[in-house]
Amino acid sequence: MTETFLGMPATAPAGVGNLRGDEPFPVAARRALADAQLRRNLRHATGTIRAKSAAVIGEVPDWPELRAAGRAIKSDTMARLPELLEQLEAAVTAAGGTVHWATDAVEANRIVTDLVRATGADRVMKVKSMATQEIGLNEALEAAGIEPVETDLAELIVQLGRDRPSHILVPAIHRNRAEIREVFLREMPGVDPALTDEPAALAAAARRHLRATFLSTKVAVSGANFAVAETGTLAVVESEGNGRMCLTLPETLITVMGIEKVIPTWDDLGVFLQLLPRASTGERMNPYTSMWTGVTPGDGPQQVHLVLLDNGRSAVLADEVGRQALHCIRCSACLNVCPVYERTGGHAYGSVYPGPIGAVLSPQLTGVEENASLPYASSLCGACFDACPVMIDIPSVLVHLRARHVAEQRAARRTPSAEAVAMAAAAYTMDHPRLYAAAQRAAGLGRIAGRALPPPLNGWTASRDVPAAPPQTFRQWWSERSRS
Amino acid sequence: MRIALFVTCLADTLFPEAAKATVRLLERLGHQVLFPEEQTCCGQMHVNTGYPDDALRLVRRHVRTFAPYDVVVAPSGSCVGSVRHQHAMVARRAGDERLASLAEEVARHTYELSELLVDVLGVTDVGAYYPHRVTYHPTCHSLRMIRVGDRPLRLLREVRGLDLVELPQAEQCCGFGGTFAVKNADTSTAMLADKMRHVLATRADVCTAGDASCLMHIGGGLSRLRAGVRTVHLAEILASTEAGRAGERTGRTEGVAR
Ligand code: SF4
Repeated sequence: MTETFLGMPATAPAGVGNLRGDEPFPVAARRALADAQLRRNLRHATGTIRAKSAAVIGEVPDWPELRAAGRAIKSDTMARLPELLEQLEAAVTAAGGTVHWATDAVEANRIVTDLVRATGADRVMKVKSMATQEIGLNEALEAAGIEPVETDLAELIVQLGRDRPSHILVPAIHRNRAEIREVFLREMPGVDPALTDEPAALAAAARRHLRATFLSTKVAVSGANFAVAETGTLAVVESEGNGRMCLTLPETLITVMGIEKVIPTWDDLGVFLQLLPRASTGERMNPYTSMWTGVTPGDGPQQVHLVLLDNGRSAVLADEVGRQALHCIRCSACLNVCPVYERTGGHAYGSVYPGPIGAVLSPQLTGVEENASLPYASSLCGACFDACPVMIDIPSVLVHLRARHVAEQRAARRTPSAEAVAMAAAAYTMDHPRLYAAAQRAAGLGRIAGRALPPPLNGWTASRDVPAAPPQTFRQWWSERSRS
Repeated sequence: MRIALFVTCLADTLFPEAAKATVRLLERLGHQVLFPEEQTCCGQMHVNTGYPDDALRLVRRHVRTFAPYDVVVAPSGSCVGSVRHQHAMVARRAGDERLASLAEEVARHTYELSELLVDVLGVTDVGAYYPHRVTYHPTCHSLRMIRVGDRPLRLLREVRGLDLVELPQAEQCCGFGGTFAVKNADTSTAMLADKMRHVLATRADVCTAGDASCLMHIGGGLSRLRAGVRTVHLAEILASTEAGRAGERTGRTEGVAR
């Protein structure tokens, strides 16, 4: 099922974009765990969002049905993705927009850079977008002498702080307001030196800074939360209104969108607009929903481009179990409930997609071996599955990707890994009850040197205290008891 | 009723008291417990670590062992979860459709202890006596994989002498996760630290759960703190009676080796 075959769709290329970390997860996590301030910030922020979200989800009596509807629409979409994308292309084109297809990050960056260059602009304003983070568009634009300005407040904090985003929805979640004030004082041109760390004061400073950009920039780059195939309508949801400024004020609007964001019909949008805000920010309705269909003469951007990005998504689609990761609507609910994310933060995942969805999406986009530690960055507690508004079975995909990793290791190595040998030996022993009972007895009587345990527990002694083995196994107790 | 015990490899090897308590409890309630000796392990560790091919032989063994019985019980939400949600998957992955449907059949008749008591045997008062302050950790697999819901709490509320205290943030994972605790030991430890903080905040004498694995993890941490809180499997509490003064037979997790 997961064997490579000729014509297998390509994964996201290395050396461009932000899908791979420099270190395996456990190493990066160790540093994050040592940062007490980071852990406090995260515990506070995720706890607050969790409570808010649970309260507003509790208000919707048909939430389970809505989730099931969301899942059904997404599975249907994935089953006929090529057809829907062609329909979308035709509708956008008919409405006066231009559609571009990008196989990967390199191609997408080139397309966008060329489009900006053609306008003569040397600055673009950006609507918060995961797709452009994924491909490293800002870096590519800067290399071409074009200045990208993030207009989402949290993205702006990250950009000014020369930091990396650590959450899908709240990219600066790892920062508290005192830290944000410091970044603004240091990096924001013309900022009031008496700036306090009141949220309203920080927002006002950002607003003053951004106003000048909105009124003087001719090109904007956005992502899209949804694209309706039947009408060619693109949609962005946000809570600050800065995105809407970017979507309406400039002359040229370029949207970069992962191919999985298409949905079949306008009616389907209704389902997701109910699911998304409650699951993500705990709002009943997101404050701003902007939708545009091609070009309207005399109103809004007169040049509208849509870049359809693959960058490994076809490869994800080819995996029967893993493809459900493409159902994700980037609500970040799974991050907010994840006990691992809450303690390590997003940077440990090394990709713009952190948390549970990142642990299943990034390795599939890059190829499992390029992100092999991520499928193991979960205790399989299942909280993400319960929280996901489109019911992605993240724990099952994690387990599936672990098996893919083991299979790829097996294919690549001449000698099996120590773990593979131990697993095979354990399975063999456990398939022979007499051998198994002997191994148990040996451990119970302390005949094995040190604290070695019988399979399957021998992996444990590496890093944990283990209970002292009891004098008698259950099996021994039972046979004595039945004899007497 | 004739009930086959699926003891689980962990209870068999390291926590036999939980399994013995399961036997005593069911016999006290008037049922016959059988122990098919060809059983070993459900293979969950293999599946969860990425070795479904190795798990296949254990799934075969498990299905062969338990197919002849009408009712199977295990004192472990996690292993019941594996039987229900992984066995057929492992069989299908290997292209063995016959094994998959047999596995589904076995899964339909396999119950976690609190499910068996409440749903199949229809009891919540099992006649237990346990004069201690107890807090209950719901364990992720019992809670989310097989959804035992409040069944364990309903059983605990009927235990005479027992003072049940609520665990703060009970639904958060304790950080065990099988090989997770080895591969991501630091993160696991951070999760355990928070779980222990919450257990200590209850001022309970005993922390109980339906999964020996999570209790092993939490108990290992608590004993290192010398915190004076014991971990005791739900089955041991339910099996305790005034006559048996069974308090003496529980709480073996204090003897944790370094
Ligand atoms: S996987 Fe589900 S919960 Fe996580 S971000 Fe995507 S849609 Fe939201």
